[in-house]
Order: sequence, then C-alpha cells, then structure tokens
Amino acid sequence: MRTFVNYLDYMETDDIFYVDVNEDRYKDGRLIPVSVVLDDGKRYTIDRIVDISPLVSTKGGGPGICYTIRIRDTLLKMFLVDEGKTQKWLMER
Amino acid sequence: MKEDNVVGRRVVLHADMNNCYASIEMLYHPKLRGHPVAVGGNAEQRHGIILARNYEARPYGVRVGQALWEARKLCPNLIIVPPDYEKYLRFSRYFKDMLSEYSPQVEPFGLDESWVDVTGCLAEHSTGENLANELRERAKTELGITISVGVSYNKIFAKLGSDMKKPDATTVINEDNYRNVVWPLPVEDLLGVGRATKAKLVSYGVRTIGDLAQCDTITLKSWFHKWGLFLHTYANGYDSSPVAETGSENMIKSIGNSTTCPRDLLNDEDAHIVFQNLAESVSERMREQGLMAKTVQISLRTNDLFWFERQMPLPKPSHISTELCDVAMQLLRQNWDWNKPLRSIGIRGTNLTPIIEQRQLSLFEDEQRREKFENLEFTIDGIRRRFGHYSIDRAMLLLDSTLGNISPVSDHVIHPVGYMN
Repeated sequence: MRTFVNYLDYMETDDIFYVDVNEDRYKDGRLIPVSVVLDDGKRYTIDRIVDISPLVSTKGGGPGICYTIRIRDTLLKMFLVDEGKTQKWLMER
Repeated sequence: MKEDNVVGRRVVLHADMNNCYASIEMLYHPKLRGHPVAVGGNAEQRHGIILARNYEARPYGVRVGQALWEARKLCPNLIIVPPDYEKYLRFSRYFKDMLSEYSPQVEPFGLDESWVDVTGCLAEHSTGENLANELRERAKTELGITISVGVSYNKIFAKLGSDMKKPDATTVINEDNYRNVVWPLPVEDLLGVGRATKAKLVSYGVRTIGDLAQCDTITLKSWFHKWGLFLHTYANGYDSSPVAETGSENMIKSIGNSTTCPRDLLNDEDAHIVFQNLAESVSERMREQGLMAKTVQISLRTNDLFWFERQMPLPKPSHISTELCDVAMQLLRQNWDWNKPLRSIGIRGTNLTPIIEQRQLSLFEDEQRREKFENLEFTIDGIRRRFGHYSIDRAMLLLDSTLGNISPVSDHVIHPVGYMN
C-alpha cells in the first residue's frame, strides 16, 4: 500500500521555546515583564525594555507583541502571543 | 498624487489574505515552508477536500475544492494538514483589528477578506495606493502573511482588484482606467456572477464584463429581472453600497447548518433524517437569538460535487424545527429526483424577523396546536441546555444510527454570506 507524507513530521519546531516570566500589570493596561527564566533554567532580571511593538515570530510563534529587552549587555526579543484563551511568552533560538 | 483626496470620491480598499489557511499553517510550522502544502478536511468523515493550498502546490495542479485523493494523485509529496479553525478565527481577528486602525468602516467578507472605506482617512496617508502598500507591509511584519489589496472607488471593483494580482500586490482601479482594466475580464470574475448567471450570459453572447456593461438595462432586466439591473450597476462601476461600520457584521442575516453525511443519501427518508437533525440545530439557534425565519433555503451537493441551492417562503414566520424541515422536504421533492445520491445537504433560515408577540392568526389552521409545538420546542431547548444536546432526541434519528449521529453544532461551516444578503 502506498504511504503518504505524514504531516506530523513537519509540525514540530525547535526554534522557539516558551519561557516563565514574572510580570507587572498596571491598572492602565500596561504589561511589563520583570524577570525571565531562560533555557539554561536560571532566572534573569530584565534590566531594561528597549522596545515594544507588534511583530510576528517567523520561527513558528506567530503574531504577537515583541518586547526587546536588555539583560546585562545582551539584547533579546520576547514575544507575547495568544494561544487559545491564554497568553504565553516565547523566545526564538 | 493627491487625486484620491478629491471631495466626494470614495476610496475603498479590499484586502485579501493570500492562501489564508495554508499561509497560517506555514507560519506556525516553519518546517512546512518550501514544500507543497494543503489544508484539507478529514477524509474518514468524508470531509476530504482541499480547503487551501500554498504556491508550491500550485504547479502540480492542486486546487481548492479537490478531493484529497485527487490532490495526492497529482502531487504525491503533498503534505495535507488538518484545519485548525480556532487559529484561523484568531488570525482573522488580528487582521480586522489591523484594518480597524485606519477606518471605522471595516466590513468582513468571510474569514480572510475585508473591505475598508478610507475616504475620510486619507489626509495623512495621501493616496489609497500608498495606504494599501502600507497595509501589505504591516501584514508581512506583524502577521507574517502576504495580502493582496484592491483600491477603487466602489466595493465591487476593489474586490476585483484584489483578485487580479496575487500574492502581495496592490491593484488600483479608478474611473480613468476601469475600461481598460476591468472590462476585458471574463464576466464570471464579477462579484455576483455565479455559475448559473455566467452560463446564461454566455448563451446570450455576453462574455466579458465590458459586454455586460454595454448591455442595455431593459434587456438585462428581461433576462434576470431585478438582478440584471444590479449586474449592470456593478459592471459599470456605479455601485454605491456603503462599507458597513465595524460591529454591524454581528447583525444576523441568516442561520443555517450544512453537513457532509457519513454515507451518501439515497432517498427522501435519508434526507428527512438529516434535514430534521439540521433543522433542530437551526431552529434552536433562532430561538436563542429571538428570531424567526420567513424563508427556508436548502443546499444540495451530489457525490460528483455538483451543487445548487433552492429557497421558498414559509407560510408564516417560524422557528419550529418540524415546520422548517417540512418546507425543506417540500423543496427537495420539487427539485431533486434522486437520479444521483446526495453527499452533503444544508438548511438555512433567511429573511429573519424578530419574534413578535402579536401575530396574525389564521382561521383555517389549528393555532393551538402550533402553540403547543412552540412550547414543546422551548421545553426541549431547556432540557438540552441543562443535560446536553443528546439528552433528548427524536425517535426518527434512531432509524439510522450513521445519519442520526451527525453533530450539527460542531459541523458548523464558516463562509461568507452572499453579497446581497
């Protein structure tokens, strides 16, 4: 019997990972991430938020709000995306 | 370049997401990129058709509406991904939100298309074309998909423009160029010209939109009645219908359900079971919204995918499932002789009117019996709300377990309502 291409082989992606984030929510609607647990398992304090803008995560995260953050001397991008009825934070590798 | 700002001239944009479902799947699953991909229904439940395909699948001849096996035959490497409507709905919301930043008049046409009237919003954006280009850029950076935009002075030409160049393109149709751009196109490209209208027009020698535009209105009226005048208006760019305000799309124009059955329907009894099942869901939703239908429309699809619709007014506005089902069966008997089995059928209540307490009673009908039916249906609604849909069912649905088990509520089909509805 002929076998067809299984779509499940193409659904996984290693290029994004979800992260735990501590965030402050203000009554005016602002949402500011304070610290983040990166893929090494350590929690890092976010020193500064450089930019917040709507942007798509092209590596598989989909559309969201991109927070460009500075941790020590490194600039990183974190995406806040909708998943079902919840929101999640993710980063690209 | 500021010609769009002439007072009184409308600027209408029509934005269309290219290969919507397939593009969204490729966005979320990067490994799919570069491969021929299609989004297709579930073959086991016989929803096995291609709903969308990407540009890589196109050279193989994979088309929307094809059966999955047919598409796989043409392209053995085709990756068929099941649809995820929740994700597509979410995406559609992002798209509409983005458009709403430019104008309060955003009218969706299905999940992946919308009109935007930007007439009053152009001072800061200079021209409709510039705004269209800005929208395309934003769609790429913020949503990760490409869109085609048509810019024109009416909705019909704007829609035509967005269909002309794909993907990621802007097409401008204005009062100066529409004769050269629109008129040479085949007549079926015009919104409102379906298969039947096209066949009739072609039989009269009307092949292009230009031919249609130059037909005189009396002739068109004799061919298509009132609809002929609409077609004349559309082809000449005289359409002045407004783009609806955001939010008004929530106004319900029709309530319907259709389903592809687990097995082909072979006779009136089979169709009756399915119609009754669908009518229950349709009438339940009508009662929930406080509406009654004045017209019933049925849609039938044979197993070679020939499709048509027929409609008929109800003797009285109704939200009683048996009444809807009876009219549907009457329509079926008048229009179908079972020379071929049916694969999919649907029922829809249109021409909706709010439930009113005072209504004209008939001297010749048993109104008390009708009222009893109505109360019975409300009681069933109550039981189902408390104990679930399958807690109470009609005995006739048990006659055929395959057909009776269709879940009409979850098999809800999302498609644009007709332009004129």
